Amino acid sequence: MTVIKASFKLNYGDFKLDVDLTLPCTGISVLFGHSGSGKTTLLRCIAGLEQAPQGYLEINGHIWQDSQRKVFIPTYKRPLGYVFQEANLFSHLTVLDNLQYGLKRVKNNLGLIKLNQTIELLGISHLLTRMPSNLSGGERQRVAIARALALNPEILLMDEPLASLDFKRKQEILPYLIRLHQQLDIPIIYVTHSQQEVAQLADTLVILENGNILASGPLSETQSRLDLPLAQDREAATVWQVTVAEHESDYHLTRVTFDGGSLTITAVDAKIGTELRVQIYARDVSITLAKPHATSILNVLPAVINQLTVGRESQAVVQLQLGQQLLLAHITRKSLLLLGLKIGMSVFVQIKGTSILN
Amino acid sequence: MLSSADLDTLLLTFKVAGIATTIMLLVGTPLAWWLSRTHSVWKGPINAIVALPLVLPPTVLGFYLLVLMGPSGVIGQFTNWLGLGSLAFTFYGLVVGSVLYSMPFVVQPLQTAFAMIDKQSLEAAATLRASPLDSFFSVVLPLAKPGFITAAILGFTHTVGEFGVVLMIGGNIPNKTRVVSVQIYNHVEALEYNDAHWLAGCLLLFSFTVLLVLYTLFKSPPLAQPFK
Repeated sequence: MTVIKASFKLNYGDFKLDVDLTLPCTGISVLFGHSGSGKTTLLRCIAGLEQAPQGYLEINGHIWQDSQRKVFIPTYKRPLGYVFQEANLFSHLTVLDNLQYGLKRVKNNLGLIKLNQTIELLGISHLLTRMPSNLSGGERQRVAIARALALNPEILLMDEPLASLDFKRKQEILPYLIRLHQQLDIPIIYVTHSQQEVAQLADTLVILENGNILASGPLSETQSRLDLPLAQDREAATVWQVTVAEHESDYHLTRVTFDGGSLTITAVDAKIGTELRVQIYARDVSITLAKPHATSILNVLPAVINQLTVGRESQAVVQLQLGQQLLLAHITRKSLLLLGLKIGMSVFVQIKGTSILN
Repeated sequence: MLSSADLDTLLLTFKVAGIATTIMLLVGTPLAWWLSRTHSVWKGPINAIVALPLVLPPTVLGFYLLVLMGPSGVIGQFTNWLGLGSLAFTFYGLVVGSVLYSMPFVVQPLQTAFAMIDKQSLEAAATLRASPLDSFFSVVLPLAKPGFITAAILGFTHTVGEFGVVLMIGGNIPNKTRVVSVQIYNHVEALEYNDAHWLAGCLLLFSFTVLLVLYTLFKSPPLAQPFK
């Protein structure tokens, strides 16, 4: 399997970046952290917009930087696409000229087909003759994404593409990003500080703090690690990849399967076999020792306790295993003691609510 | 009416101003770009030298140029060595003097225009496969267009109007160094007010037309904010 290897050391006085990272060459890898954690600097190092004095970067077997051998490919020679936080369109060019700016500079006869595909994918065909100043923030960002994709890059780098947009505009763009995720076969590295975007987009999650990597791995694994602050957060959740199995149209419900069982969720308008992302908040999960016989909760599943930890104040966090899936439950410390929960115990989880992410 | 001698001075003036403006744009563009981007310790001194003619009396600049371009001056010896003779009291001497004298009027608007182009636009160009030189021509130049128009107009008109430097280094030689501002002075000295009126009127009309075209063509005219 091809991978992305990135290791950078950089020192800007009060800010230090020291990372060593291996990412898969597929899907969306999200760099997540607070502002000042170094996530944007890391992305800029990958793009070559920042040159770390000590760095090694290998993408798809191509070396873009190797400071030991004094190799540094300048940004304009790297086959990448980059989307900035602000759309950063050229204000003197129309939308179409913006889209073609990069295209004119790559030797690639796929150009026009690719351009038309991206225009379609991002729904911007009605904007082509406009100037950037006459676009809304959301439209501008869609054009910027299309401009980067039209180059047919080997990797797409996105620096908080939604951060400068209001809630409504975010909701307008997210579906396009989810479509990119499903239709593109290139890796995407996506920087954000939003947990919602992590849940909706990430396949691999990298958590940064103070210029260091706190954790890195598949989304559900990293999300449910009890040694990370994420699991303690009020918004802590696990995201499951599920497949639509059956529609119970009488009740307006859909049954989906996952690696280790099935779930009943609110009806989804999708064909049998469609892959979905379902998010389960830790606060919506409760634990019982015996299978409850009379309960209004539809999703009662057998699980094994993997790990547990006592959190702040009244809270305890339990990590459970359901087949191949991991699940987090926020319960009280008191219940933990009363039920005598221990690692390795077989229990039942009741899932009170789920939300569908795409 | 304009006499043929007056017409000659007008033509000569526009020729000097045209050549000088071209040279100033060619030299001033990289200089202004460097000044707008550099953090070098030389930025302050170079800025000061370029801006010097703004505050220096033209006769002082003219005096030093005369000395430097004379047979024993550094420039004079260099041009002698090249086989060109002394530049003082020649057409090209006038051009050199004009370039030095009007340079701040070209460099400063360009510098302002370049400084307003954010680093992000250049980074975007780099991520879209444009080399630094390519992005200078495809992004910086178009975005700085108002700055270039301001620079060219200020440089040109300022050269047309110069008097002190011309008198010091060019003298008053018909068809060689006699420019329109000197000719107006000549007419007034000789009490030929009628001729002076014609020439002065021509310049007034020229200046007004340039500004009129500019303010009609551009919604927010570049001249409205030459220096910032």
